[in-house]
Amino acid sequence: MARTISPPPAVAPTDLATSGRRRRGIDTRRQTLWIWAFLTPTVVLYGLYTLYPIVASYWYSLVEWNGFSSGQRFVGISNYQAVLADPAFWSSVRITLVFMLLVAPARILLSLLLAMLLNSPKLPLRNLFRTVYFLPVVTTTAIVGVVMQFVFDPASGPFTAFLKALGADSGIDFLGDSGTALATAAAVYVWKFFGITMVYWLAALQTIPADLYEAARIDGAGAFGIFRYLTLPLLMPFLLIITVLTVEDTFHAFDLMQTMTGGGPFFSTEIIEIYIYRWAFSASIPQLGFASAAAVLFGLFVMVVGALQAWALVVARRGRKELS
Amino acid sequence: MTTLTRPAPTPTPAGDSLGRRVARRAPWWGVLVLLAVLAVVWVYPFVWMVSASLKSSLEVFTAGLGLVPEEFAWENYSRAWTDANFGRYMVNTVILTVSTVAIVVVRCALAGYVLGRYRFRGQKLVLGILVATLFVPTGYTIIPIVKLSMELGLLNSLTGMVLALSGAANVSAILIYAGYFRQLPKELEEAATVDGAGFGRVFFQIMLPLSMPVTATVALLTFLATWNAFFLPLVFSFSDPDLRTLSVGMQAFVGENATDWSGMAAAGVISILPIVALFLFLQRYFVEGIAGAVKS
Repeated sequence: MARTISPPPAVAPTDLATSGRRRRGIDTRRQTLWIWAFLTPTVVLYGLYTLYPIVASYWYSLVEWNGFSSGQRFVGISNYQAVLADPAFWSSVRITLVFMLLVAPARILLSLLLAMLLNSPKLPLRNLFRTVYFLPVVTTTAIVGVVMQFVFDPASGPFTAFLKALGADSGIDFLGDSGTALATAAAVYVWKFFGITMVYWLAALQTIPADLYEAARIDGAGAFGIFRYLTLPLLMPFLLIITVLTVEDTFHAFDLMQTMTGGGPFFSTEIIEIYIYRWAFSASIPQLGFASAAAVLFGLFVMVVGALQAWALVVARRGRKELS
Repeated sequence: MTTLTRPAPTPTPAGDSLGRRVARRAPWWGVLVLLAVLAVVWVYPFVWMVSASLKSSLEVFTAGLGLVPEEFAWENYSRAWTDANFGRYMVNTVILTVSTVAIVVVRCALAGYVLGRYRFRGQKLVLGILVATLFVPTGYTIIPIVKLSMELGLLNSLTGMVLALSGAANVSAILIYAGYFRQLPKELEEAATVDGAGFGRVFFQIMLPLSMPVTATVALLTFLATWNAFFLPLVFSFSDPDLRTLSVGMQAFVGENATDWSGMAAAGVISILPIVALFLFLQRYFVEGIAGAVKS
């Protein structure tokens, strides 16, 4: 309707000419109103569900608080002392780091290798391969975690059946044995999220113009020489970004771990996120203050990685500027 | 352009025999075989799941590696859908996902538009806070979110889940919108303003339609994240099983029926089929959206 009505006189060109300055003042004020109206949904939602919780976490970490409907009592830093004195907390920190060291190199280096193969125009079916390797990424992690329990079932799971077909006489309880559970979870994790890193690498590789390769080939460079002296230096800035993105990602394995092992057996796969969850939500008497203290420590831990990421981006940008 | 820069086929000497050509190609065939084996490993869990969902409860345990069911047991699906309540979970997940995507797209487009295209007091502060909180993990904020939702009376409701999911993160979506709107030519709104269009009309009738490529990416990535969300729906549906989403329902189902493998597999297929189908149809946008993290 409004479209057919003639424009409001406030912004009609003739008006602008006569009382320009006053108009402009009103227009600016009106524009400021519009701007903040546009920002309102983000300010409200983001404020309530992201900013406020960050601030509240610090407060909650300083109180004793046994359940969401019970009262809070200020106890100072004693939650932090309790968390730092808990061997289970340090065990979960260690497991989070070991898990990261298991999966990050695999995700980064194997996916680079695969991306280089899949980037070659000579490879047949390369689009099909890309789709297949990326497929697990889009599937629901929590569903995959549950299904994997069955895939690795020591009695009747298909993986056991496969091992038996190869000649193994009894099934191994890969997820039920505390010696193998973390490595198995790491393998599943790599399978599940490998595709993301591969797509990062493919995007990076596509920034290298094809005639550079051609020039190198004409100059007589072999496949290894091209990789060592052309591809690798050009990929270095991306390696930094991709490494930090991937490392950051490995700290958030809650969905997979919770549904596949629940942190067990005997806490052998209890990453920090599960440790926090256990004290906040699955303990018979929830320790919300204690869990908040652990969450704040975990947040600081991730923040350090975030700072590292910012630093890597700066270095990478400088590197790219030197190249161009 | 690609046709021009693609390396020309190496000129074959006249006397090149078939044998030598095969020898030269051999490494490629090896690579191809390796990739194919890897691809089989990659899809096997899904193939096994589909196969198990069609086997009878007994055959699942005894079939070993066989993938083709002796008889198609479609009743597994009706059992998962009705008895295990996955029909309900599906409705919940669809409501949750569609609402969240709508809110996220609208609020990120609005915020990205003014942050990218206008200068105003407080802009730097808003941008600074957004970027600073880019890396806050969910493990960090879930306790205050639950407490807040409880006080707002939103804890045991889909509305509460939608608001919490659309209020978290999404900073990158705002930044993508801001970057996109910034590079659109200034003449666009100048012409529209001369024609008498106001601030809101310029946005909704000119800018928003122009930003379709960004909207498609943001909507798809939000869809993916929300459909697959687990932690928040899990915590929000503790006291009301009717609020479970597919991802939460799956774990509960296995907890209650540990021996119903074929029902579990059918429930799994029901849960991930929609997202896989969406991916196969819109693959390019998924991949471009994810690759954007590196390019920017």
